[in-house]
Amino acid sequence: MTDFVSLENISKIFGPNLTTGDRIASKLGARVETRSIHAVSNVSLSIEKGETIGLVGESGCGKSTLGRLIAGILSPSSGRIILDGGPVIRNGAKVTTRVQTVFQDPFASLDPRMKVGETVAEGPITHGLTTKSDARAYAALWFERVGLDPVWLDRYPHQFSGGQRQRIAIARALAMQPDVLVCDEPVASLDVSIQAQIINLFLELTRDLDLTTIFISHDLSVVQHVSDRIAIMYLGQIVELGPVDEVYENPAHPYTAALFGSVPKLVLDDDELVHFDTIEGEVPSPLSPPSGCFYHPRCPLADENCATVRPEMTGISNSRSVMCHNYQQQLTKD
Amino acid sequence: MTETALSVKNLATHFFTRTGVIKAVDDVSFDLAKGEIMGLVGESGSGKTVTGFSLLGLVDEPGRIVNGSIKLKGKELTTLSNAELRHLRGREISMIFQDPIATLNPVLTIGQQMRLALAAHERITARAAADRSADLLTKVGIPSARARMNAYPHEFSGGMRQRVAIAIALLHRPSVIIADEPTTALDVSIQAQILQQMRGLAAETGTALIWISHDLAVVSSLATKLAVMYAGRIVEQGPTAALLRNPQHPYTAGLIGSLPAMTKAGSPLKQIPGTTPSLLSLPSGCPFAPRCQRATEICQRAPEMVTHGDRGWRCFDPVGQIDEVTS
Repeated sequence: MTDFVSLENISKIFGPNLTTGDRIASKLGARVETRSIHAVSNVSLSIEKGETIGLVGESGCGKSTLGRLIAGILSPSSGRIILDGGPVIRNGAKVTTRVQTVFQDPFASLDPRMKVGETVAEGPITHGLTTKSDARAYAALWFERVGLDPVWLDRYPHQFSGGQRQRIAIARALAMQPDVLVCDEPVASLDVSIQAQIINLFLELTRDLDLTTIFISHDLSVVQHVSDRIAIMYLGQIVELGPVDEVYENPAHPYTAALFGSVPKLVLDDDELVHFDTIEGEVPSPLSPPSGCFYHPRCPLADENCATVRPEMTGISNSRSVMCHNYQQQLTKD
Repeated sequence: MTETALSVKNLATHFFTRTGVIKAVDDVSFDLAKGEIMGLVGESGSGKTVTGFSLLGLVDEPGRIVNGSIKLKGKELTTLSNAELRHLRGREISMIFQDPIATLNPVLTIGQQMRLALAAHERITARAAADRSADLLTKVGIPSARARMNAYPHEFSGGMRQRVAIAIALLHRPSVIIADEPTTALDVSIQAQILQQMRGLAAETGTALIWISHDLAVVSSLATKLAVMYAGRIVEQGPTAALLRNPQHPYTAGLIGSLPAMTKAGSPLKQIPGTTPSLLSLPSGCPFAPRCQRATEICQRAPEMVTHGDRGWRCFDPVGQIDEVTS
């Protein structure tokens, strides 16, 4: 298989937006924050056509930033993103409509003053996928595709529930006929019963339309359900990558193991007292990441080497890789 | 017999709005023993938060408690004046909210806020207040508590802020704490730390906990019993494991079935059709009937709570293994 989407050493650095005044003040010795945040550092990733890749990690790990980079919403500070042989971004501007995004909050992502039919048709008209006169029928088609009644095309977003709005957001993304869909926490703001409906819709659509999907979520059970491969992120880096079942079964990175251990599971035994394998401490500030391996201050397997030498991404089988000096120790742990 | 900390009977809280009466909480009953943890589960708008507010006497106009009784260690709360309630709140019964940044005062240090909370209910010297605060902050897992007491809320991370809110709720060793989605906004690793600690603290202080959440897995790992709410009513209650293993109400069964963990990866999840009804226009009979595949004519009537031992459900045609419950 050839790579459909490939990220080559992608980094994104957010510098502080210093005003002229700040700059002068800092020159004169005032305390002005001049450090920059490495939201994503040196991430390389190849995605095959039709694959769903789950991107997980805690707040601030850079998963949303990476999603936005792939979608071309943000421009990388260094590195390249190639989609089917062509660039996603050229000179800081997005040059393809083949990547579309579904955002977390369908209350914020739909224009409240625009009829939902117009919202769905706006992009396709601009990019010549349909004409103004055909727009209504075109939007109706996608409405039906996501399980909404086309008679609602003239309604406004506030007249819909959260689940319906997320369907509209999905219809808007799909109406652009993308090859790649970036879903940034698409079910996080929905109730459990509605969440199941949207996940089912998502499974059906990605299969029928042969979409390549980047599915970003903090909910590990959702990611496990929809993804083929999973990428675990910590402080801007992918620390483990592999087929979802294998990674769940036997995590190679101590952080992956700890993250899975923290997820509450449904208790069905009367006397079972759940014990959480909690991770010590909190995620360090990305403004001053630790030396060596970023995870070493919290890691139960850390040794002196981990505190000084930054680990490289290492292949451990032809489908899995991990960024850890002591992964063998983790793998052989029962 | 274990000591009862809180006893709620037929509680009903309605909101009288211009568009009609919203029955946010209707006929809710449960008992909570000393040190017991109960999970209150439901989706948005099911009435779980209003239930919590009702217990604290914090329901604002146009809402009010229209029926029922709330007994805290045998003392009736619904007939108390505001002044009497204020005397109890924070001391005998307290609440932890989802968003600690909204509940902590941004212009006071953590230490000052804790001293105020202590001074509200007892005469205490500054030194004693500081000692007790530091002690509790350590217990909820805040490192170098003494030094951190001089910090303002914005200097804490989300998880640490929620620990501070928990410490404040525990200051007077209340009989009951109502925790409204306290870990929903937190990362899983921090959530796990807090759940682990809460369980220990409840056991240690004898405080009974009502843990409000939409997440079945979270409450199941913490609570010994569960109450599932739908459209303002408790539709099923019972001991956690038994209820989850053998749910009787179709809504409970639907909720459990729709969890991704319950289905093979990649295959479609079981889903509950439709959406929750508007509380303004509830169906006359069972509120779940329009979404229920088993609904028949009898469901046009509102089902009463059927109880068997410590289990209870509001359904004419329960889905679970009845024999297992009744035998």
